[in-house]
Amino acid sequence: MDEFWSGYLWPAILIVLEIAAILVPLLIAIAYLTYAERKVLGAMQLRKGPNVVGPFGLLQPFADGLKLLLKETVVPSGASRAAFIVAPGLTFALALVAWAVIPFSEGWVLANINVGILYLFAISSMGVYGIIMAGWASNSRYAFLGGLRSAAQMVSYEVSIGFVMISVLLCVGSLNLTDIVHAQQRSIWFVIPHLPLFVIFFVSGLAETNRSPFDLVEAEAELVTGYNVEYSSIPFALFFLGEYGNMILMSAIITILFLGGWLPPLRYEPFTWVPGVIWLALKICVLLFGMIWVRATFPRYRYDQLMRLGWKVFLPFSLFWLVLTAGVLEATGWVPK
Amino acid sequence: MDAMLREYLPILIFLVIAIGVSTAFIGGAWLAARQRPDIEKNSPYECGFDAFDDARAKFEVRYYLVGILFIIFDLEVAFLFPWAVALGKIGMYGFWSMVLFLAVLTVGFIYEWRKGALEWE
Repeated sequence: MDEFWSGYLWPAILIVLEIAAILVPLLIAIAYLTYAERKVLGAMQLRKGPNVVGPFGLLQPFADGLKLLLKETVVPSGASRAAFIVAPGLTFALALVAWAVIPFSEGWVLANINVGILYLFAISSMGVYGIIMAGWASNSRYAFLGGLRSAAQMVSYEVSIGFVMISVLLCVGSLNLTDIVHAQQRSIWFVIPHLPLFVIFFVSGLAETNRSPFDLVEAEAELVTGYNVEYSSIPFALFFLGEYGNMILMSAIITILFLGGWLPPLRYEPFTWVPGVIWLALKICVLLFGMIWVRATFPRYRYDQLMRLGWKVFLPFSLFWLVLTAGVLEATGWVPK
Repeated sequence: MDAMLREYLPILIFLVIAIGVSTAFIGGAWLAARQRPDIEKNSPYECGFDAFDDARAKFEVRYYLVGILFIIFDLEVAFLFPWAVALGKIGMYGFWSMVLFLAVLTVGFIYEWRKGALEWE
């Protein structure tokens, strides 16, 4: 009995507390990302954005959440009820669990597993299920077409994301996310040698999270927001929050793979005083701002252009870069042992 | 606890909590809001029409094709993961073996490109 307490229960309680320490800031960050997006878009279009609820509109995300909570959950009569309800929950839960392996600072990681990248890759692949389930279960034309489009798009860009990850892994020799940051501490941030890959990853990240200019899934004019057209109330909110959670997650992955994770930009005095988690958050914010900026600037792609970019540009290029990286590492003897 | 459990138990607990949070949200909305379904409200949306027929109709075969291509390339990526980690240990022999494997796949890729499997109009 004693062994049960000290060996299992206390560690489990500690883990639950650690998870809460990740989840609560994450949910707040997601809520304020929606606010930040509306503010930034507003500023870029010379509007004010939300400014009524609370000072500077700061309570707007909570007002939106409460409003959605008090709406009726409509399940269409032709829908497959179980899949219809499970789909948004799955999307949201997957957007959260991926954070289990993200290192926030030196040693600040919930599960320091040695297959971290593979885990992230697997979780982001599973994101397709939530969307295709929603599209299928709604039994509505628009939802169905939106779900198909989204699945094909996410799957296409996932391939190039995979190749990009492997090129980075070649320079590290480990799948552990903490090791990836340490490798950048020893050498330089991978954005410098792998600049084209950084661009590919960022653009693929936009496509993977169905963000503008690749938001064909939503395509208001033709598909009336696509796979989630039949959703209302909290199930709708979960898709929405899942999408924003995935944006933050994608930015975090890009930061860890290319921008040195929690490392300060320079190794000298004033920069090293700032805690690593602040640097990580700052880098994530810069990338998120970029994603919002792209939405304010670029018109939507056509579907054939989207597929052409994914399969005929990104895939061959990332494959070429992978072989090039491996070749250079072998030729110069820099392969990590 | 053994090492394996110590590494993966947090993920399992996280998964349970994440599913719990989602369920609580959905259940909370169900309880908090008044549910008053009626036939018009529950009919699938189709721009003001009643839906003509079931939405699960035929769809473009290209989506299927993209699915198949994805499986091939994702499998390739899955093969590359262990290779990338072990490259330092397997040396030139391992490097050239993988280049050969990738060359074969590239031939297949060029074939499907030329056949028009990647075209959308």
